[in-house]
Amino acid sequence: MKATLDPARPGSEGAEPTSRAEASSEPRAEASPASAAPSGGTPPRPTARRKSRSGGEWFGKTYTLICVAVLIVTIFSIVYFVASKGLSTFFVNGVSLKEFLFGTKWAPDGEPQSFGALPFITGSFVTSILAACISAPLAFCAAIFMTELMPKFGKRVMQPVIELLAGIPSVVYGFVGLTVIVPFFRAIFPGQGLGLAAGAVVLSIMILPTITTIATDAMSNLPRGLKEGSYALGATRWQTISRSILPAVIPSMLTGVVLGIARAFGEALAVQMVIGNAPHIPSSLFESASTLTSVITLSMGNTIMGQVQNNVLWSLALVLLVMTFVFVAIVRVLERRSLR
Amino acid sequence: MAIAAPSSAIGASTRPGGSAALAAEQLSIFYGEKEAVKKVDLSFARGSVTALIGPSGCGKSTFLRSLNRMNDTIAGASAKGSIWLDGEDINAPGTDVVSLRQRIGMVWQKPNPFYKSIYENVAFGPRYHGVRNKRELDEIVESCLRRTALWDETKDRLNQSALALSGGQQQRLCIARALSVQPEILLMDEPASALDPVSTSKIEELISELKQEYCIVIVTHNMGQAARVSDKTAFFYMGNLIEHNETNVIFTNPEKKQTDDYISGRFG
Amino acid sequence: MRMSNKTADRVATAVFYFFAFLIILILAGLIGFILYRGLSHISFGFLTSPPQTFKVGGGIGPQLFNSLFLLVLTMIITVPLGIGAGIYMAEYARPGRFTDFIRLVVEVLSSFPSIVVGLFGLLVFVNYFGLKFSLLAGALALTVFNLPLMVRITEQGIRGVPREQKEAGLALGLTRWKTIVKIMLPVALPTILTGTILAAGRVFGEAAALLFTAGMSSPRLDFTDWNPFSPVSPLNPLRPAETLAVHIWKINSEGIAPDAAQIAAGASAVLILTVLLFNLGSRWLGRFLYRKLTASR
Repeated sequence: MKATLDPARPGSEGAEPTSRAEASSEPRAEASPASAAPSGGTPPRPTARRKSRSGGEWFGKTYTLICVAVLIVTIFSIVYFVASKGLSTFFVNGVSLKEFLFGTKWAPDGEPQSFGALPFITGSFVTSILAACISAPLAFCAAIFMTELMPKFGKRVMQPVIELLAGIPSVVYGFVGLTVIVPFFRAIFPGQGLGLAAGAVVLSIMILPTITTIATDAMSNLPRGLKEGSYALGATRWQTISRSILPAVIPSMLTGVVLGIARAFGEALAVQMVIGNAPHIPSSLFESASTLTSVITLSMGNTIMGQVQNNVLWSLALVLLVMTFVFVAIVRVLERRSLR
Repeated sequence: MAIAAPSSAIGASTRPGGSAALAAEQLSIFYGEKEAVKKVDLSFARGSVTALIGPSGCGKSTFLRSLNRMNDTIAGASAKGSIWLDGEDINAPGTDVVSLRQRIGMVWQKPNPFYKSIYENVAFGPRYHGVRNKRELDEIVESCLRRTALWDETKDRLNQSALALSGGQQQRLCIARALSVQPEILLMDEPASALDPVSTSKIEELISELKQEYCIVIVTHNMGQAARVSDKTAFFYMGNLIEHNETNVIFTNPEKKQTDDYISGRFG
Repeated sequence: MRMSNKTADRVATAVFYFFAFLIILILAGLIGFILYRGLSHISFGFLTSPPQTFKVGGGIGPQLFNSLFLLVLTMIITVPLGIGAGIYMAEYARPGRFTDFIRLVVEVLSSFPSIVVGLFGLLVFVNYFGLKFSLLAGALALTVFNLPLMVRITEQGIRGVPREQKEAGLALGLTRWKTIVKIMLPVALPTILTGTILAAGRVFGEAAALLFTAGMSSPRLDFTDWNPFSPVSPLNPLRPAETLAVHIWKINSEGIAPDAAQIAAGASAVLILTVLLFNLGSRWLGRFLYRKLTASR
């Protein structure tokens, strides 16, 4: 390396002292970097610097960091406040956790009081899992349709349709559920039409965009060779889809399904409007039931802060919160697995 | 062009006393653990054009980008050694990188005008640095566009988007933009490689003119271009500076066999 | 064997087509149904007059105004915060534990059920800060609900800016912050704006987070009183405000006016039309800005 140094060059050792000397004899004023401007017909050099030297850098860093801090403070206060309220049911009011989680009788104003939340927990799980069961195959079909069968039409029509479905407010879903699905079920099945089934159907449409989007992304990211290899072996489209594409997108589909369930689990008003709101575990899908969100929605306004009837609602909210963390954790695990 | 340029290049290179405007001393650049540039000593004189040549991945672009600390923006990149500018080690921690970059202009391989009007592309820098007077700004814009031979082509549509210009025009606009804040040094990273032959020769003419006032460092893959526009040429290979000399010496009588092999197209 | 393969393929293809068109049909039916039921009820009077509790002929004027005003308030709070945090994630965050942690925070925050966000708002904004049931409390709750989305939109937008744009700004001697604000943000604007409008649509239709923050009632508003401190002024951010979405929910669950069903249908139609407008508007604006920004070659 040393030997390759250019002999014609004065060498770095020689060059620097000159430039250092230049600098010391002609100190560069900090505020005007213009001192060494080459002369000649050059445009006028900016003379005054209007801004402070930091040029807002300090401001920018501080400002953006504050914004991030707001996010962090928010999430911690949500967890703290909901948890402290929700836990006081057990620590202050002395309700047993076992009764809360596994008790089937909900009578906060009864004599004796009873705070079994199992009907709501069951209701939430049944509706959201059922919704995912309806939605996942539909989403898979829609995704195949958009990526394999008619990509152009899919992009032009299906995609916007899916996005629109995602944008429709949940009260509108609830309203339609109440005016279309519930009467429909009432006409066909025994009962009032209100119940788990109605809730699940409404939810399945609501979470369809979530699962479809993820499935579509996964399919369009598949390596080309996968499909082509299958077709090259003489496989039909269905064989290619069922043997090559489906296994490859299953991990992403699962992620989508979990995200869908998470959304369904936390959805409040649309479900509350069509589920009937009876606080017991129903024996049929077409019988009135309740979910965690629906009972919170209905009862929160009718209880007084600090009383056990109110605190227990916060405990239900805490269950929702904990489930959110569980869902996020599952999604993370699934994502990590599909990366491998 | 091909005939005129080398003669002028030789003329300029014989100019005495071209004191070093910028000098790298034992400069090494790392991407994580990988040493992309290895202890390079290289200085650039005022009023001259230095071409950095070498096969792809030899570290020449990395070296160029370290001269105005642009590599700072790449996560994991770090530089050891010194870069001397007016007796200041601009590679030292605590250097005011922001005002440093104002003194060292840069032109990229792909023309990258701002998503703004032609006028705004040139006026943006000076205005940011404190020129508020509209007439003064107009003057700067006109003078920079004239120097890049863009004025006649664009003077009637200064308020149009710069992205409506052709690739060659965009690149000259980017040079005008670099000139607008009065740098002392111009770094050019394959400035003509994305352009057609006509635009390329315009850029080369421009470089030959600009070197009167600026110290220009240009990375190029094009041997002919290096021969046409530069006074000195530095050959990089695998992160090492293999040879640095007058351009005509490098191209006619290189010292190292590797240089000879590369110049004559035997590898790379 | 071959024949059955082909048959299976045909059947499967038919099934895929069937379900795809079923989805389109569902949406078309959904929107068609709401518009069919609701449009006939929409009139100038319906959009401007206050609701009636027992009588026929109530409108949704205050609710519509509340929804729009709340949206504006929410966006005023959310946009600067979301853009700031988004910029941090895209430009300032270094790979490492802290950044991973913020990413997790954003993910979890966006997964919280909106009813939980509403309860948090009830506890902190309504009770603890003493804002009572008010527009401001509602706007803050909606901010919590909307912020993670805004952060993602901004981060995506900024990351989409070509690297050379950023370097060009830095090379002119701009600080990082000025490069972000003056060079990168304008380039990212179409993406950010499109996303923001879509997010606005979501905020406009949100109800669960508002039940216990903005409240389920609206005072008699005097639309001639524009003093924001007056309790009957529509602009007063400290008054309770029932929004359109909350109103729909309330009528459906406890409406006793004889024409409650029609009002719900009309209000739903208005809500859907607004969301459609946001959706189409964001598409159109995004395309328009993109074309304007890049100019056509």
